[in-house]
Amino acid sequence: MPLELVANVTLAGLLTGLVYGLMALGLSVIFGVVRVVNFAHGEMMTIAMYAAVVLFAAFRLDPFIALFPVAAAFFVFGYVLQAGLINPFITRPEHTQFMLVLAVAIIMVNGLLMAFGPDARNIPVDYALESFSIGPLLLDTVRVYAALAAVAIAGGLFLFFKFTATGRAIRACADNYLGAKVVGLDVKKYYALTFGLGAACVGAAGCLMVLLVDVTPLLGPGYTLLAFIIVIVGGLGSMPGALLGGVLIGISEALAGLFFSPSAKSMFSFALLILVLLFRPQGLLGKRH
Amino acid sequence: MAESLLSVHSVSKSFRGLRAVAEVSFDVEEGHIVALIGPNGAGKTTCFNMIAGAFVPDAGEIRFAGQRIDGIRPDQVCLAGIGRTFQLVKPFAGLTVLDNVIVGALRRNSQVGVARRKAQAILERLGLAEKRDQPASALTLPDRKRLEVARSLATEPRLLLLDEVMAGLRPTETDQMVAVFRGLNEEHGLTIVLIEHVMRAVMALSREIHVLHHGELIASGSPDEVVRHPAVLDCYLGEEAV
Amino acid sequence: MKALIAATPKRALVLMLVLAVVLLTLPAFANAYILSVAVLILYFAYLGQAWNVMMGFCGQLSLGHSLYVGIGAYVSAALFVHFGIPPWLGIWASVLACMAAGAAIGVLAFRFGIGGVYFALLTIAFAEFTRIGFDHLDWVGGSGGFFLPVTQREFNDVLALRGSPAMFYYVMLALTAAAFAFCTWLLRTRIGYYWQAIREDPDAAQALGINTFRYKMLAVVVSAGMSAFAGVFFAFYYNNLFPEQIFSMSRSIEIILGPIIGGTGTLFGPILGAVVLTVLADGITELMAVFGWEIPGVKQVFYGTCMLVVIVFLPNGIWPTLARRLGLEHREEGHHNG
Repeated sequence: MPLELVANVTLAGLLTGLVYGLMALGLSVIFGVVRVVNFAHGEMMTIAMYAAVVLFAAFRLDPFIALFPVAAAFFVFGYVLQAGLINPFITRPEHTQFMLVLAVAIIMVNGLLMAFGPDARNIPVDYALESFSIGPLLLDTVRVYAALAAVAIAGGLFLFFKFTATGRAIRACADNYLGAKVVGLDVKKYYALTFGLGAACVGAAGCLMVLLVDVTPLLGPGYTLLAFIIVIVGGLGSMPGALLGGVLIGISEALAGLFFSPSAKSMFSFALLILVLLFRPQGLLGKRH
Repeated sequence: MAESLLSVHSVSKSFRGLRAVAEVSFDVEEGHIVALIGPNGAGKTTCFNMIAGAFVPDAGEIRFAGQRIDGIRPDQVCLAGIGRTFQLVKPFAGLTVLDNVIVGALRRNSQVGVARRKAQAILERLGLAEKRDQPASALTLPDRKRLEVARSLATEPRLLLLDEVMAGLRPTETDQMVAVFRGLNEEHGLTIVLIEHVMRAVMALSREIHVLHHGELIASGSPDEVVRHPAVLDCYLGEEAV
Repeated sequence: MKALIAATPKRALVLMLVLAVVLLTLPAFANAYILSVAVLILYFAYLGQAWNVMMGFCGQLSLGHSLYVGIGAYVSAALFVHFGIPPWLGIWASVLACMAAGAAIGVLAFRFGIGGVYFALLTIAFAEFTRIGFDHLDWVGGSGGFFLPVTQREFNDVLALRGSPAMFYYVMLALTAAAFAFCTWLLRTRIGYYWQAIREDPDAAQALGINTFRYKMLAVVVSAGMSAFAGVFFAFYYNNLFPEQIFSMSRSIEIILGPIIGGTGTLFGPILGAVVLTVLADGITELMAVFGWEIPGVKQVFYGTCMLVVIVFLPNGIWPTLARRLGLEHREEGHHNG
């Protein structure tokens, strides 16, 4: 096996992994703060991918630009979902919320199936087949741009949480629900805001992902699982963790696909999940409870 | 002198650097009622949790009926003969009152029919018999506390750990509970250790009181001695309590 | 048994008697299509009850239950195709295999204190892992599928699971009835009480002397073992097995829909849920066929909507409310989980 091939595949996996990381970041924010097990995460991603496809087909809108309206729309959707459907159920047992979001996910996947049919779609941008070469390494242009965009968005979110008042308030709600209420924070509003932000991440990630992968409605559950694996491996509540987890999963998937077979790539992700859950449940960069 | 039923010897527990319990020692003789009092955060519930097996002490030993019990699982502690209630009551909300107590009774009586009869008897003793078919979630707080006690009693413990069972009760309800405990203690020799802030109950029931403050034992003795103890007055009771 | 009958309201007894008569004589007056729908209803009613043991009784959420159905199916199918072992023997290997799988998941999860959502994710991961694994297992056909030889028979051979649709119907009916009796009995034993205690509050359960690890393991193993029967039935009824199909997440979700809509933790919930869902879903498919629409995904959207509606408005499922309205509740002292 030529070293160059391995290196290229690894690099491609790393870049894809950064987009995975952005998707997982959305979940980390949602699960980490609002404690909602967003079982519809992958389905939301798939919807975003279709949104990008539709916008391109209708308006020739480049996904990097479509990203903005899609993320905004997703923010609103996430806010409404949390405020309207999930907030009222906050006091219910954990598995009720879980099932609720699962039901929404089922409706989403199959709604997409009804609307678009099972065939794969993609976005044929002009630069889809271009690549950079750095020495012996060959990098797909789309992949590089997508990865850069993912990192930029993640960075922006990180700065938001660290330096803005709203961001700090959200972190307070995450750390201590009761305490936050006591000091007068409108926790429910911040929950909705947070879900909106998480959803916006997914919206953006979807627009980027559809440049790398063809979309079918059935991708949803797979991405949901992947997002959870990444968040658990990287560490709940850790934003760098989500990106790190994404990169790890991206690379392991790519290498597994290279050395074994394409379908075996998820097996490694699952094995990694099981190992992490057993031996380091707080993840690589997560905080121990 | 016979060995104490419960012997807590120099136990300590810290949480992330914060010392919750620091080298606390006390003994409880069989058939006595002993109270653990002190300000909030003094480490009383942490002591209970260590005795009941919910936490493992960082140092020290806990012996019950001669056997070491520090570090064993909570269900093993129950099997050894210690029952406990929780400060924030934990009823089995989806089950009826009777079923709640049956769960407790099943510890020593594996036949459901026998367990049911024993559970009925306990409910009657605690004044919950008419409510036995109601779901536990429908009970008022005082009744939930009684249920908590009934359930624990059903496991036929030799020693009962009561964590603030009088909190939120009206004086008449408190007196009723006190009567129940006194009855159980006098008729069946049940040993009781209680954490309490309601001094009315503490004074009425206890033979001995231990006072905790900032995780340390600052006073031990009979009720009369303790309420006059300067350190206790200083940190907890205040002048008016005497 | 006598006490049970005495405690049940007359209405309920009459209803159950009528139901029993209908169920026992169904093949006599139903056409092939209705019979096949009935088999499907019973299949999901059975699996729903198996899942309910773990979740409804003991509170452990499994979202990867298709794992056990798949293992049950493949083990006895493989034994039959490769070694000629008939299903009535092969089933025991299936049950053991499923129990082992359940035990493995249980030990890994419970020893390490994994519960709730993380446990559910673990069950999904195991099911998916196995699905992909079987895709590569050529000994049982891999992704191309595993096929059981079907021979024409004039007579029904229950032990070999070869025969008419009516035979399969009765087999499934017997299984579902047995599961119902088993679950009813379980709930009234110490095991049933302890499971429910763990479901309601594991810490309080421990304080009452319950070894939660042991009882959670028992729930998982029993649930897995029960599911094996459904897997074997599936293999010999449909005669083809595809990993993508039988281990898929969609199957796992179908399994849990009945109990959720009917009511987890109750005895009739999973059965009622299976009836409601299958009948309505089939109704929708038929209706759409009338209009000439063949849209994939409609049935699942319907399932999802049902689930959503039930969780929002009837969080305990349809059965508890229905039972109350129809006056079918047990009057028995204490335990009333019907």
